[in-house]
Amino acid sequence: MLVKMSPSALKRTRWYEYGIRFVLGGLATMLAGVMGARFGAAIGGLFLALPAIFCASATLIESHERRAKEKAGFNGRRRGQEAAALDAAGAALGSIGLVAFAAVFYVTVSVSSAAAFAAAILAWVVVSVSAWWSTRKFRTVSHHLSPAASPRSAHRRSVP
Amino acid sequence: MTEYVVRFIAGGVIVSAFAILGDMLRPKSFAGLLGAAPSVALATLAIAIVQHGTAYAAAESWTMIYGAIALACYSVVVCHLLMRLRLTALPATILAFSAWLVVAFALLASFGGAA
Repeated sequence: MLVKMSPSALKRTRWYEYGIRFVLGGLATMLAGVMGARFGAAIGGLFLALPAIFCASATLIESHERRAKEKAGFNGRRRGQEAAALDAAGAALGSIGLVAFAAVFYVTVSVSSAAAFAAAILAWVVVSVSAWWSTRKFRTVSHHLSPAASPRSAHRRSVP
Repeated sequence: MTEYVVRFIAGGVIVSAFAILGDMLRPKSFAGLLGAAPSVALATLAIAIVQHGTAYAAAESWTMIYGAIALACYSVVVCHLLMRLRLTALPATILAFSAWLVVAFALLASFGGAA
């Protein structure tokens, strides 16, 4: 499946769900600042990759998928778990990009702050998307080579 | 106090922007990449440069590498808790947070901060 952007998907999100993510994001950023000020840059730096809003995002994805399935008259519990698990798998690949972001920022920030941000964001995008693409290609090749692969694999299901 | 208000608003806006983008993207595994977007880092590093200079921001970004590795482990643990133990998302993400803490601080203890 190609990557698609669907603005209509925003209709499924309720206003308070945006509010929760705004508040959690704000609190996570405050926490990173507090940890840095109290315990130093080394500890503060760890909290720049805090999975602060992941719990909210995964819960929202799970409830959206469950609601959609239940609307169609089915039990959506498993579908919701699978959708949240796919999101987590994507986040694991995005974390590789986050390592690249931090490394590129570390190397370039002494030269120019603005260039460091630009280069680091570019590194995150390139590495994350490459990791996702490579995994997808590898999985496709694996499935072609072993058609008898487990039918219960989450990867083979059709969560969009 | 003003500094923390700025942090809260900047962090909230950037995190929300990435979250909205993630909501619109398909497939889900691709949208999940945005779960590891550098949203908190962008706001915090920008403020760090203004307040403390580039050396401080560099030191933070070095240990952010450990945090990001811990985030990868966290995501894998969440995935397994959901698929194998069949937990729902909220308990899975909360339980897995201990994995993030252990990995992040173990890496910091093993390799230390920036030279």
